[in-house]
Amino acid sequence: MKLIDLLSHTSEWLKGIGPNSDIVMSSRVRLARNLQAYPFPHWAGKKQAEEVLGKVTEAVQNNELLKSTTVFNLSDLDVVDKQFLVERHLMSLDHAQKKNSKAVILDPDEVISIMVNEEDHIRMQIMQSGFNLFEAWNLINRIDDSLAKQLDFAFSPQWGYLTACPTNTGTAMRGSVMLHLPALVMTRQINRVLAAIAKLSFTTRGLYGEGTQASGNFFQISNQVSLGRNEQEIIESINSLIRQIIEQEQQARELLLSRERPVLEDRINRSLGILRSARIISSQETIELLSMVRLGCDLALLNDTRIDRGVINELFIITQPAHLQKLENKRLSSQERDIKRGEIIRERLKL
Amino acid sequence: MLCDICGKKPATVHLTEIIDGQMNELHLCEDCAHQKSIQMEQQFGLSELLGGLAEFEKPSTDKEAANPQCPKCGLTFADFKKIGKLGCADCYRAFHRYLAPLLKRIHGSSAHCGKTPHRESKVSKRKPDLKELRLRLQKAIELEAFEEAARIRDQIKEMEKETKDSLDKPKKE
Repeated sequence: MKLIDLLSHTSEWLKGIGPNSDIVMSSRVRLARNLQAYPFPHWAGKKQAEEVLGKVTEAVQNNELLKSTTVFNLSDLDVVDKQFLVERHLMSLDHAQKKNSKAVILDPDEVISIMVNEEDHIRMQIMQSGFNLFEAWNLINRIDDSLAKQLDFAFSPQWGYLTACPTNTGTAMRGSVMLHLPALVMTRQINRVLAAIAKLSFTTRGLYGEGTQASGNFFQISNQVSLGRNEQEIIESINSLIRQIIEQEQQARELLLSRERPVLEDRINRSLGILRSARIISSQETIELLSMVRLGCDLALLNDTRIDRGVINELFIITQPAHLQKLENKRLSSQERDIKRGEIIRERLKL
Repeated sequence: MLCDICGKKPATVHLTEIIDGQMNELHLCEDCAHQKSIQMEQQFGLSELLGGLAEFEKPSTDKEAANPQCPKCGLTFADFKKIGKLGCADCYRAFHRYLAPLLKRIHGSSAHCGKTPHRESKVSKRKPDLKELRLRLQKAIELEAFEEAARIRDQIKEMEKETKDSLDKPKKE
């Protein structure tokens, strides 16, 4: 598999299918693991980091469950390639920025992603479309079990899996769900909801994880605590929180429909109109407008019923800077991107 | 639209911050956004935060133990406070007495009850004991997580019943 192949392919998590996919964009479970014998990546020497990379790569290549994956050494990728992977949620911004002995391992459906030598030696994630944390957990649990037969993971009976940062110690698991909450934002209830989430020791982040802004009404919610509860309990606690947020978003949508229907219809269809006509459009504006059109899809308020959620989901990703440059196969200035972006959106939303 | 900070140049960077569960929108010009990002890094570095937490746990004035070092990787406790990350798996043993309260503070618990990496590993069969469950129940109530609290309460009831039953007829486990 080559990186460019991903471009012509829809990631599993963008398909807009699966439970509650009107409100839940994707579900993801991540596990951190370290090799007992080596210092954590930030403290390891170059030779040690190379050895870790070699061992993990070898284990992955000999693993039955990971047969379909390809290893990409980050030293072979340029800036745009790395940014492209970040935009597809296949690796973290942090992983893309720092150098030396790093890799990302992917399967063609982009369900599995394994970062080597990020903050921990191994950061593996499973990402699914819709509200599907348990399924993601089951798969990653099997992969982890089989890797544990090949690699000696750092583990203590008292504290569980040992990680570079003590905030991940224990299960070293983070479950996170990406939610699209336009109605809670429009009805100005979102701050109340986010405050409640923080109080229950969950974290809210923007579209691209740690340190990124919340845009397009997308919120990523994940567990903060990783010690003292087992994996199922953690996932069940996220699930029950997410179920409540989904309910609140549904109620807010109904409220808007019953009280502000003309305003809502106007805003949604204007957004579609702009997307279909704009010649120059920034990524920020694109995300905001697509968010409205996505809501229009969910509530069947679009004056063009042929637009489906899958198309919208994909537009969120392919209009990002590195994707545009991959599509054009050359570096583009900011304004060139804004023009190209307009072109692609018009093409995809054509009547 | 003009920049929210300087009010002079046009705003080209749009930030939505989430701080303590409150969402704030900021519209900044390029220069102010750059300043802001430096400021944010200084203010909210995780290492700072962790360092601060660990500071809190530091026992009075014990010169020898004040800056222990991991015998395997050479990282000192002062390094950890500075960078917020441990050096290797053995650091957990080397800094045990400092890390135990820190982990408890971060996670509200210091006992792992998830899966283990052994060959036959499934999810750990170790169940939390009654004492631990009661603690969790208390915490859930404090956090007003009533659904969770009810679940734990049922678990406690069940466990108490099991214990009672096993007094009459010892169970195999």
